[in-house]
Amino acid sequence: MKAHLTRRYMFSASHRLHSDEMSEEENRVTYGKCNNPYGHGHNYTIEVTVSGPVDDQTGMVCDLVDLDAFVHAQILGRYDHQNLNLLAEFVKQVPTTENLCIAIYEIVKRGFHHAHLERVRIEETMMNSFEYAGENGR
Amino acid sequence: MVYLTRKAEFSAAHYYHNPEFTPDENQRVFGKCNNPNGHGHNYTLEVTVKGEVDPKSGFVVDLKQLKDVMSREVLDAFDHRFLNKEVPEFSTDVPTMIPTTENIAIAIWQRLAPKLKAAQLHRVRVYETPDLFVDFYGEA
Repeated sequence: MKAHLTRRYMFSASHRLHSDEMSEEENRVTYGKCNNPYGHGHNYTIEVTVSGPVDDQTGMVCDLVDLDAFVHAQILGRYDHQNLNLLAEFVKQVPTTENLCIAIYEIVKRGFHHAHLERVRIEETMMNSFEYAGENGR
Repeated sequence: MVYLTRKAEFSAAHYYHNPEFTPDENQRVFGKCNNPNGHGHNYTLEVTVKGEVDPKSGFVVDLKQLKDVMSREVLDAFDHRFLNKEVPEFSTDVPTMIPTTENIAIAIWQRLAPKLKAAQLHRVRVYETPDLFVDFYGEA
């Protein structure tokens, strides 16, 4: 029987929302205080949802130890206490939480094969969150 | 179609052990969750039902009935219990289900689905901790 399993993780990072394709004025109008040139930071909470049949022998969708190890090495190790704007994926892309959500989804999709990735959800603050379930996701 | 979710909490003990595994395999697969003396969690249960809003009552489901079914079928059986010893689905003596969060969600679905009237069960979500939860949408 198929079940969905979700695990939450936290990391802290800084970013600045600024597009080289816009003028200084356009950037200020579009991103408001998020365009502050010195950047600012958030405590991000991410939720990784995987699915699959519950294994008869173990009662598990996948071993949490494997999921934790992957996320710690590939996601938290990459983003925690970093300036997102300096990372390769955000050289040409604005590090909005939408784009961060897609980047994290792609890393998990590419590298984690113990269960099917359903969705990545990120809370940037307690008041806003973003979800990405792949190009064909709901 | 409108979806309605009701939350409840229960606290229970469990441990993970498959009688078909050797002691070494149990230890390797389940780690510290294999301690036979058990350990506990405060579980949060979210039961989501769906249905059309009744034009007379304005309800999707009679909340009192949903609450009573959840209390009788789940909380009375699970709350302050040792799941492996006191809940038949998880009995450690015979090879049944291991009380992982996945299987707890499935067992709760199987207990609730036949008892709900009018509204249709949509999802059972079980939080083992605030950072770990399982969703079960039925067998389909």
